[in-house]
Amino acid sequence: MADKKATRESYGAALAELGDSFDFVVLDADLAAATKTGTFKKKFPDRFFDCGIAEGNMMSVAAGIAATGKTVFASSFAMFAAGRAFEQVRNSIGYPHLNVKIGATHAGITVGEDGATHQCNEDLALMRTIPGMTVVNPADATEAFAAVKAALTTDGPFYLRFGRFPVPDLSSELENYKFELGKGVVYREGKDCTVVATGFMVHLAVEAAEKLAAEGIFVRVIDIHTVKPIDKELLKKAAEETGAIVTAEEHNVIGGLGAAVCEAVCEACPVPVIRVGVEDAFGKSGSVPALLEGYGLTADHIVESVKKAVSMKRGK
Amino acid sequence: MDKKELLSLKKIANQVRIGIVDGVYAAGCGHPGGSLSIADILTYLYFKEMKVNPENPKDPTRDRFVLSKGHTAPGLYATLALRGFFPVEELKTLRKYGARLQGHPDMKHIPGIDMSTGSLGLGISAACGMALAAKIDKKDYRTYAILGDGESEEGQVWEAAMFAAHYHLDNLCAIVDWNGLQIDGKVTEVMNPTPHDEKFRAFGWHVISVDAHDFEQLEAAFAEARATVGQPTVIIAKSTKGKGVSYMENSVDWHGKAPKTEEYEIAMKDLLAIAKTLEEA
Repeated sequence: MADKKATRESYGAALAELGDSFDFVVLDADLAAATKTGTFKKKFPDRFFDCGIAEGNMMSVAAGIAATGKTVFASSFAMFAAGRAFEQVRNSIGYPHLNVKIGATHAGITVGEDGATHQCNEDLALMRTIPGMTVVNPADATEAFAAVKAALTTDGPFYLRFGRFPVPDLSSELENYKFELGKGVVYREGKDCTVVATGFMVHLAVEAAEKLAAEGIFVRVIDIHTVKPIDKELLKKAAEETGAIVTAEEHNVIGGLGAAVCEAVCEACPVPVIRVGVEDAFGKSGSVPALLEGYGLTADHIVESVKKAVSMKRGK
Repeated sequence: MDKKELLSLKKIANQVRIGIVDGVYAAGCGHPGGSLSIADILTYLYFKEMKVNPENPKDPTRDRFVLSKGHTAPGLYATLALRGFFPVEELKTLRKYGARLQGHPDMKHIPGIDMSTGSLGLGISAACGMALAAKIDKKDYRTYAILGDGESEEGQVWEAAMFAAHYHLDNLCAIVDWNGLQIDGKVTEVMNPTPHDEKFRAFGWHVISVDAHDFEQLEAAFAEARATVGQPTVIIAKSTKGKGVSYMENSVDWHGKAPKTEEYEIAMKDLLAIAKTLEEA
């Protein structure tokens, strides 16, 4: 079994390592210990600025710094980065297409015990609607590190989504793994159905595929780390070759990966799509395993959804 | 400043006002009142105070300007045009489909615009970012931002005020255009944000109060701001909304509407009369 590590750990580690060779500024809003930007702060105190508990101001400050030609990482929890500061992100950063990379940690319900006010299941939907915003939701530590580097070396605003809960570092075990913005990663080939997963749900999709294979159902597993711009070509091919899709995300089924896949598939090759995710509900307090079970974010739920999607295939 | 320079600034400010009225009239909409109230401040900034380069608008050594009260773009556009950033004739394309001169400042397409603004409260934070970047890079350019008095009802203005003082941004100078009126009426009646001087002082700023239409007071205030070390400066500039156009002065009705043809003619008559007085001075 692969090592387990939270993607936020990789965010902090990547900033600290890349800080040696790249000149960028890091901002945080009194959460440096949690978002892991504290690692960068310790190493590069002259390039780290705490903005205090004032996320709206932080995003517009980031825009001002970026307007002078610098690249800025602005960090907070997903709830406050994408939620509270949405308008600052849209108007100060998105509209002028500035080099601000938003590092949003503690996304989704795996925040756990803090409960609904801190479990952001709407950020992918919000960020996806901003023109020119690249939205990346890495699956594991290796992918998260690569995503930070890609954001740093690619022009324009980014929303990088990281989790609090440790996940197995599966991409490090893939042969020839290569992170490419806008390109999905095929974890497993299959002909009966495709599971398209993002972020935290990728390892559960792989687990589901293994269970299904034992029952004679062979699914393709695709990791969509770049939710926008989405890999339309790979999704079209999956729809054409497997005839049914199940999406899996730690996010509301409205507006996130499931919606993005539906949009892409509807326009290219309509096939049944079942969305696994938070069913338009707020989160609640609890342990992460209890929350995942309670909200249906499990390998077993993906297995059941695949069976349903297969039964809906044309000609069945 | 000597009399010749003072007269020259007054003439330019009057030209800015003509540009505002021309632009808003051509657009058939826009915000003349708050543009006219800041015409003298903009003139002073772009023709006296700030280091700018119309030949190379993105010159990295230039001073930065953020119009935090972005709806008064007609005032900024007229000033930039007269300063040589783009043709004065272009002011008549204001708000037209396909034109560069958007309803609110757009840094991506308009020469001389340093930050896209329009949503109130965001610009002052961006100005803080620019001033902080100068500190990080050990550059000596300064950053200026004009805020509306009504705009200071936005909580983000005070987040930015806290930030600027915390990081000792003495290279930042904010100007509050105190014209006393906002869309729904008198600023003190809609939602009273006063006293600005005591509030900014409590947040750690150096505070100066001036008459927004007195160039000599503006000169002294900006010199004092430049000489202030360790803290940001705010200039609270008491102004007349609609300044220079008789029927627009101190009238809340002219916050966000364009003059009709007969009203345009009266406005031009008012401003040309001022121009004539200045020529004869």
